[in-house]
Amino acid sequence: MTNSWTDIRNTDLVVIMGGNAAEAHPCGFKWVTEAKASRGAKLVVVDPRFTRSAAVADYYAPIRQGTDIAFLNGVINYCIANDKVQWDYVKAFTNASYIVKEGFAYQDGLFTGYDAEKRDYNRSTWDYDIGPDGYAVVDDTLQHPRCVWNLLKAHVAQYTPELVERITGTPKDKFLKVASMIAECSSKTKTMTSMYALGWTQHSKGSQNIRTMAMLQLILGNIGVRGGGMNALRGHSNIQGLTDVGLMSNMIPGYLTLPTEREPDFNAYMSTRGFKPLRPNQMSYWQNYRKFFVSFQKSMWGDAATAENNWAFDYLPKLDVPAYDILRAFELMKQGKITNYICQGFNPMQAFPNRGKLTEALSKLKLLVVMDPLETETARFWENHGVYNPADTAKIQTEVIQLPTTCFAEDEGALVNSGRWIQWHWPAGSPPGEARTDAAIMAGIHLRMKELYRKEGGAFPDPILNLTWTYKDPHEPTAVELTKELNGSVLRDVPDPNDPTKKLLEAGKQVAGFGVLRDDGSTACGNWIYSGSYTEAGNMMARRDNSDPDATGAYLKWSFAWPANRRILYNRASCDIDGKPWDPTRKLIEWDGSKWTGYDVPDIAVTAKPQDVGPFIMNPEGVSRLFARGMMREGPFPVHYEPFESPVANLIAPKIRGNPVARVFKDDFAQFADTASKEFPYAATSYRLTEHFHYWTKNNHVNSVLQPEFFVEISEELAKEKKIENAGWVRVWSKRGSVFAKAYVTKRIRPLMVDGKPVHIVGIPIHWGFVGAAKKGFPANVLTPFVGDANIETPEFKAFLVNIEPTTGPVA
Amino acid sequence: MNMELSRRQFLKTAGAGVAGTTLGAMGFGAIEEAYASTIKPFRLVNTTEVRNTCTYCSVACGILIFTKGNLAKGEKADITHIEGDSDHPTNRGTLCPKGAALLDIVKSETRLKYPMIRRAGSDRFERISWDEALDKIARTLKDDRDANFIARNKDGVTVNRWVTTGFLAASATTNETAWCTYKTVRSLGMLVFDNQARV
Amino acid sequence: MFPPIPNPPVTPTPAKFGEGDLIRRSASNLRVPVEFKEPVAKLIDVSKCIGCKACQAACLEWNELHEEIGTFNGSYTNPPDLTENSLTLMRFTEWVNPETDTLEWLIRKDGCMHCADPGCLKACPAPGAIVQYSNGIVDFDHDRCIGCGYCVKGCPFNIPRISKADHKAYKCTLCSDRVAVGQGPACQKACPTQAIVFGTKTQMKEWAEGRIKDLKSRGYKNAGLYDPPGVGGTHVMYVLQHADQPSLYAGLPDNPRISRIVEAWKGVTKYVGLGVMGFAAIAGALHYLVAGANKVTPEDEANAEKLTEGGRS
Repeated sequence: MTNSWTDIRNTDLVVIMGGNAAEAHPCGFKWVTEAKASRGAKLVVVDPRFTRSAAVADYYAPIRQGTDIAFLNGVINYCIANDKVQWDYVKAFTNASYIVKEGFAYQDGLFTGYDAEKRDYNRSTWDYDIGPDGYAVVDDTLQHPRCVWNLLKAHVAQYTPELVERITGTPKDKFLKVASMIAECSSKTKTMTSMYALGWTQHSKGSQNIRTMAMLQLILGNIGVRGGGMNALRGHSNIQGLTDVGLMSNMIPGYLTLPTEREPDFNAYMSTRGFKPLRPNQMSYWQNYRKFFVSFQKSMWGDAATAENNWAFDYLPKLDVPAYDILRAFELMKQGKITNYICQGFNPMQAFPNRGKLTEALSKLKLLVVMDPLETETARFWENHGVYNPADTAKIQTEVIQLPTTCFAEDEGALVNSGRWIQWHWPAGSPPGEARTDAAIMAGIHLRMKELYRKEGGAFPDPILNLTWTYKDPHEPTAVELTKELNGSVLRDVPDPNDPTKKLLEAGKQVAGFGVLRDDGSTACGNWIYSGSYTEAGNMMARRDNSDPDATGAYLKWSFAWPANRRILYNRASCDIDGKPWDPTRKLIEWDGSKWTGYDVPDIAVTAKPQDVGPFIMNPEGVSRLFARGMMREGPFPVHYEPFESPVANLIAPKIRGNPVARVFKDDFAQFADTASKEFPYAATSYRLTEHFHYWTKNNHVNSVLQPEFFVEISEELAKEKKIENAGWVRVWSKRGSVFAKAYVTKRIRPLMVDGKPVHIVGIPIHWGFVGAAKKGFPANVLTPFVGDANIETPEFKAFLVNIEPTTGPVA
Repeated sequence: MNMELSRRQFLKTAGAGVAGTTLGAMGFGAIEEAYASTIKPFRLVNTTEVRNTCTYCSVACGILIFTKGNLAKGEKADITHIEGDSDHPTNRGTLCPKGAALLDIVKSETRLKYPMIRRAGSDRFERISWDEALDKIARTLKDDRDANFIARNKDGVTVNRWVTTGFLAASATTNETAWCTYKTVRSLGMLVFDNQARV
Repeated sequence: MFPPIPNPPVTPTPAKFGEGDLIRRSASNLRVPVEFKEPVAKLIDVSKCIGCKACQAACLEWNELHEEIGTFNGSYTNPPDLTENSLTLMRFTEWVNPETDTLEWLIRKDGCMHCADPGCLKACPAPGAIVQYSNGIVDFDHDRCIGCGYCVKGCPFNIPRISKADHKAYKCTLCSDRVAVGQGPACQKACPTQAIVFGTKTQMKEWAEGRIKDLKSRGYKNAGLYDPPGVGGTHVMYVLQHADQPSLYAGLPDNPRISRIVEAWKGVTKYVGLGVMGFAAIAGALHYLVAGANKVTPEDEANAEKLTEGGRS
């Protein structure tokens, strides 16, 4: 989230599209009902199903899953055509005026530089014209035919209300109603918030779904302001933190990236990071990359990371592929190229697509280790449960070690919420049986391996032997010890250059913030964005002062928000070019003539003049990007692409199947249903129900009472056509698998007219499996396709094809 | 932080329409009376209250865990009830149907209690000690790393990577656990490393 | 935002109401207290309800109730009906508004309404098995319940359920144990959107007015408060988008009232205590008055008789 849960109270219009906040985040959704009740805000829901969010919405419009870009490009087109643009914002804070290089073009669904064989682009033309002064060329009048604004205008012109209806199935009048409600928020004193989640991410073009809305929000001037923003409602309690700390194949904590093998040494690595500003005076915050990187290396390897060995640069593994994401991992596993796999609090047998493939892959492992507080299908993938898990137990040679871990109620530490608040919690109960903390288990593995390498030697033992491990009890590092490493500390005194009798930094002290981190090895910091969370003043994450001056919803003294305790990102954009709030009733910060003051921590230097420094400090331009340059693999502007399994061909580019740059493994392509398949005629989508949390709460009695048994949702029209009765058994199958479910025949799903053809929707909740308290059932991943988003590989769980028939139920 | 103070902060900023709070609204004077026969004794009396955060989604609701026995004092502590923390700015004491039943996940019959091993081809799990389990994991990992570690790629570039063992990190563990995990995994040169952010 | 009630106490706290505040007691004469406590109420704003069932979960957890894990029955309403363990239940109705031709998903939290004029209490032949406090809470005393099921017949909202395990009647207590220490009911505390709020009945009516005004501004011209006069008003009230048609909401009675039979029966019990009449006579009389089946077996009656003869009167 750019903003916070409590900030939603400040909005005028909530658009829930690509999510279902009432269902998945009820307690955060309270701020929507609060905005409605106290401010008269309106709620719009756009979703294939009439959801629990829709139940309390002011307006609901249906949409076919996987067509959000067409809808949103249509809204952008509507705003431009009807002059519903926050012009001062667009001109000052976006790259609308930047001139794009000659050679960049778009035609028939593709941009310049496409290579069909590689399924990738040469993105060299997707950039600005750079002037002789080294800065990007701009035209503040927006007259230049190649300025971003004019290219965008031309790009979205195709998405007329008529075309939107033909692609999305949203009736034109409903589309226009939503578009007009959104367009009203181009006013400086009206703000819209976008609340989205997996409904946008779980597509083969998920990143572009989100980007399209972000562009719309920029055009309306709604980023950086109270009650506005792009608000990703993250799913798990600390998935934000796990990402912040970089537990991904290609990440270093704080959104630094691992080197690739095309960057053979430290200089080559740094040459593509640490961007120089693209416009005068801009902060271009990644200029500090080296400080963060060196401090990270010092945190990992202490004295072993020296200037001479380039701060132990070679201790880091170098990537040969963009990422070893989960889909690639299971593909490699299936090919027999992975020997061992460790799952920590994760149940991939339920959570990844194409369960048949997952079982095949896990069966090829030598050792599977599962650390979890609960029984999981993954730990028992070899166990035969009839139709629910038809494993050939005796043939599966994988050894499985299942390790019991503590849960939240028994451990201490911090979790990062969707609004980036890092909140500390304390342990309350004794763990059951012999359960141990995850940290103790990781310590157990590390210390044993270190001992083996010390005794036996082996492949490159240095990074293991030299890993900083200075905990009081090395077998059980405490949360406080670990979090102090994340915050960072001073390794040796740094004298004050102005007064040598004074010290700028004193060895042994916690750093106060990332502003003091250095690239000379005198500071260590596990994760620069968490700097300031545990300082010499103590544990900032444990702060519990819930005061909120003038009820802005900021709560600056409650816990700690990264970065630098900032509650709304890009908050400088809440003011005009002179530093005055766009909406005085919703002041966030303000330029008082010499400095920035207000309710939040400003995201530019407190004395940076408003006319000089742009709000988007991580971008070398200082402004936001309506044109993404080469940052997105599909292109700098969003294009409508169909899901890989679609009931219709792509209307704007009939020859393009799915996202043209999404990675698809060969065997998986063969398991996709054809476009407009007669064998699999229905458009399916999978989703969560409010009574359950993923695959956890089926272990709970109460939640199993509230939603006991697997079902699928279909319209009355489809039920009639297929002679399916409410609460009767059905079989649903895709090209990858088959499930039995009860049918829920509901008015909340209606067939959509897509280019003159009715498209029926089958809704599939995801929560059931073969272990736990709830009735045994099937998870949705039996059916879903093995393909991910082109940029970040989130699987396409939201749009695929199935067939359905009435049946007498499973024979167990 | 003074809790009474924090409560007052909320009351000060309360919406218009209702004067004050329901606090004391049922107070009916200061009479100290015995409970009536239909009224159960209040079951949180003499429990220990501990502040925590809900383990499910990233709204991160503040919760209160009530225990018999005080873990902070080194006692065995049994969790008897969990409810929302009224002082928390986001949830204001409320919880969703998952949060309101958090006690059930702590006490689930399918909570794991002991390390177990399923041997090749077997149809069941058997108990194993922690030391046996961790020794076996370390041995297996080291053998695989030594056999498959790639120090240099075919162009002779130092790459120091290990891609035949993978690690899938969690989504509900703390930052501190995440850091401890990161250090362990990354120092091995492991690249097949991901978390639940994608799903 | 309705101000949250502060966190619960963990030290012994004096009860805020008790035996001395009883104003009605089934099948008994009662000396009414001199001082009435201020009536409390739970307000359920259906227009804010997202049907998440946090109220159901919180009710089961707080009251340590064990409901059976059922099956899918063609609706999100789970279990399909109130039970002796599910004292509250979200009832889901998909309704196409004929005026606007749009779908409305009406979700109502069902449970005891805590009537000011409680039909259950009036129908109850067991002395003291059902009581009403001056703050409005209607509560069951299971030690005194004889499981006859007349409270079910007497209830205009069809709320109490007879346990298959102990053959006693169960319903929502408004978490009288929580209210006694200054807390709101468990369902109210949990409710994520504050669709449930709790306070004095005066406060709740005032709060409801603001909600109704908001709903009218959004086009719900018949939005209103459900506080039915036929039962003397209730201590659980609803804000409804369509207050002119309560029955849209999974059969909420349009105009609930205590059946005349029960009113007549009330006349009998007022003057003749159970101990005087003897249980068989009472059962017979009520049988005569209340047409239709009741589930009292001869065994139950015998047990009940033993109980009542054991000195409870």
